[in-house]
Amino acid sequence: MKLNPASPDPPATVPPPVHPVDPLSKLEFERQLVVLRPDLMRFARLQLRNETWAEDAVSETLLAALSKPQSFQARSQLKTWLVGILKHKLIDGLRQRGREVVLDSGYEDDQADPLEHMAFTASGHFATAPADWGNPEQALGSQQFMQVMDACTQQLPPAQARLFLMREWLEMSSEEICKELTLTPTHLYVQLHRARLRLRECLELNWFARP
Amino acid sequence: MNTLISQLPFRRSCKEVVALLIAQEDRALPLADRLALRLHLSICKTCPVFQRQVLTLRNAMKQWRHYGSDDT
Repeated sequence: MKLNPASPDPPATVPPPVHPVDPLSKLEFERQLVVLRPDLMRFARLQLRNETWAEDAVSETLLAALSKPQSFQARSQLKTWLVGILKHKLIDGLRQRGREVVLDSGYEDDQADPLEHMAFTASGHFATAPADWGNPEQALGSQQFMQVMDACTQQLPPAQARLFLMREWLEMSSEEICKELTLTPTHLYVQLHRARLRLRECLELNWFARP
Repeated sequence: MNTLISQLPFRRSCKEVVALLIAQEDRALPLADRLALRLHLSICKTCPVFQRQVLTLRNAMKQWRHYGSDDT
């Protein structure tokens, strides 16, 4: 899904409303929103790593949904629609908070060589060859793997996690992220580089190299 | 490691290649780096294994991005 950060409306790719809703199904609509709230909170927490910000983004999402109740054939369609709105709210929130979201790191690894966790010889050769992960296509769609991904993402330093998820989950380009948060490309690339290496290491330990 | 590769102007160490493979996920590399990368990957036995890890991670991110948002 391609997001247009300039537009706060739900993306055009979601299914259009089938028909205006009557009062009875409006109640049902509201009930479904309540049911889906925990899922939205999971996404918002992962992305923002701040409970208050996450609550705000999800509340705004639900308010936006309530202001235009629609009926969907299936609950999964409603969820896709809501996640679409949430993504816009998350981008809005990150944009409003600007550099605050990436300056709170408080982590000491800013000076460290991002490749230090991988063993190389002085001449730049692998000290230990990387492991062959095989072809785990199917397993990557499993619920267990998603839990490991969630956990590994949560282990990233908060500021790094926000940048990484803006890139990967909100699917923003590096240029867009730099522009929204007035970051230098170098800063962004270093943080994304670290996030990717940490994630690789975490997934290797907790998934690919499991006995 | 390889005597041929060390004589070429586009020589990169495995450590540099790993850094480029990761960087490529977030930005377009300059032409010289892209050439050097291709050259190194065609000669090196170890780096392609890491390259496959990067592709697997990319695939994993794609699955994870859609997980829970389009089906229940």
